[in-house]
Amino acid sequence: MGLGRYVATRVLLVLPTLFGVTLITFALTYLLPGNPALVKAGPLATPEHIREMERQMGLDRPVPVQYWRYLSGVLRGDFGESATTGRPVLQDFLQRVPATLELTLASMLIAIAVGIPLGVVAAVRRDGPVDHASRLLGVGGVAMPTFWTGLLAVYLFFYHLGVAPPPLGRLSPGVMAPTALTGLYAVDALLTGNARALGSALHQLMLPSLTLGFSVMAPVTRMVRATMLEILESDYIKAAWAAGLPRRTIVYGDALRNCLIPVITLVGVVFGFLMAGNVVVEIVFAWPGIGNYAVTSLLTKDAAPIQGFVLFVAVVYVLINLTVDLVYGVVDPRIRLR
Amino acid sequence: MSTLVSASAERVATRRAAVAWRRVRRNTLSLLALGAILTIIGLALAAPLVAPYDPDAPQAEETLQAPGWRHWLGTDIYGRDQLSRIVWAARVDLLVALAATAMALTTGCVLGALAGYRGGLVDQVVMRLVDTIMAFPAFILAMGITAAAGNATANVVVAIAITHVPIYTRLIRSEMLRVREMEYAEAARTVGNRQRRIIFFHLLPNCFPPVIVQATLAMGFAILTVAALSFIGLGIQPPQSEWGAMAAEGASYIVSGEWWIFLFPGLAIMVTVLAFNLVGDSLRDLLDPRMRGVA
Repeated sequence: MGLGRYVATRVLLVLPTLFGVTLITFALTYLLPGNPALVKAGPLATPEHIREMERQMGLDRPVPVQYWRYLSGVLRGDFGESATTGRPVLQDFLQRVPATLELTLASMLIAIAVGIPLGVVAAVRRDGPVDHASRLLGVGGVAMPTFWTGLLAVYLFFYHLGVAPPPLGRLSPGVMAPTALTGLYAVDALLTGNARALGSALHQLMLPSLTLGFSVMAPVTRMVRATMLEILESDYIKAAWAAGLPRRTIVYGDALRNCLIPVITLVGVVFGFLMAGNVVVEIVFAWPGIGNYAVTSLLTKDAAPIQGFVLFVAVVYVLINLTVDLVYGVVDPRIRLR
Repeated sequence: MSTLVSASAERVATRRAAVAWRRVRRNTLSLLALGAILTIIGLALAAPLVAPYDPDAPQAEETLQAPGWRHWLGTDIYGRDQLSRIVWAARVDLLVALAATAMALTTGCVLGALAGYRGGLVDQVVMRLVDTIMAFPAFILAMGITAAAGNATANVVVAIAITHVPIYTRLIRSEMLRVREMEYAEAARTVGNRQRRIIFFHLLPNCFPPVIVQATLAMGFAILTVAALSFIGLGIQPPQSEWGAMAAEGASYIVSGEWWIFLFPGLAIMVTVLAFNLVGDSLRDLLDPRMRGVA
């Protein structure tokens, strides 16, 4: 299959998945026990008023018609309105996405920067101390609930050692947000040369991103180790040994380079874990991102933001997996044959 | 030359010894893990007998006690005994995880078996459904479902079960594709068994080994999910004690130094999940020798 056709097929295959995703999120909205018209009409509404509200909101129409209205709304970027903030959900989202993005990127960076070298060394020096440490991380790390890791981190580094700031958001009190360019405070502060904001942003980011990064480090390490082991056993590496190439060239040249290709697929997996971890980490550290927004809406039984959040995350997840597939197809032409 | 041979033989021998030693040690570890699971299940079952206090009874004069002789794991803001609450909570967490796993397993087996054996349209419909569920990160979907269906323990079970169905469906389907071509399947068809009987009595049992491994590991995931859902205020509702919800209550007391409220429930989660994962890993070694030493 040529590259063009591969890309086209993969992109087309995503459409039915996205359609299915909207069906499920619609079903969730529709299943919701609370009558949205009742919520919107307020506690003092008369039955006529509620019926009028239902008619206005289209809740008296057949389900397929309602789905169509929902889908066309979503396609226009209309995710409904938050009953708590009184603003369109999309607007609330866009305001909070940078916080989530900053946390996610920082965590991913940490997980990859530690996880990949750890996995490689564990494979190369099999049964050595690093390998044992990686296994301990693999078994113990995944058994720790992410919210608990976060609480432990707060207790140790904030309460006991005092090296971390209180777990209250993205900047210390009194520090002004840097001029918005990307919305990522650390990046913006760096670009505008705002040292005070940069220090505060990084300091606040430290514990949440370490917590979240730690939660996905184990799968990264495990997968890199398994891939690397497989490669080290392969024929071409044995041939390289037989040819008498130096160890360094074989391990860190040939093997590592080939190991990094399957690792691309990790990004998709890691992102899935990160999205789940984000929600609880944002709660523990009062991080004002979309996960926090969704949970706050949960507690006030505000339906639109939650369903918008689920849909948003699923769409991003599907698109990231698509991108991973496409990149993989470009880097490794064999994939296109499958 | 002979020294070279003996040196490499020696290396092979030490390598073998290392592998054997690792297996022994892993077995000890797995047995310990199995013992831990049995102990936790036993404690959960015997909660009314072993819990020293009433888990829900507030005691105004005993609030926020640090761990000590009277309260081994301390008390919370209402003076409730943490140890008793943790033991009672084990019932909820284990039961929800077990029910969700059983439900997902059954559904996944039926769907996967039909899809794999019948192929064609059935296969297409089932696999598209599974793909759609997998398009969501599992925890986010479970969150959406519980939020939509309402905060009841049964809804948490269903939500977690739905997110776990795809794994079993895919596993069973691929096993089914393999075993349906085997001679004993052909024999079962030849002697005129009905299709349902062939699928569920002759073939499905032979697809089980990888599924058992998966189910053990899924127990750990399920416990983490229940706890995380309760932590954010979904799912199990107070005053019912639940590990994640208890940790959430403890979160407010970290800044004032009352560490025992958040610490012990999380420790309970970690030990339980760890035990299930270790047992799952060693089951995989037993049932699927190809994976031995890789993971």
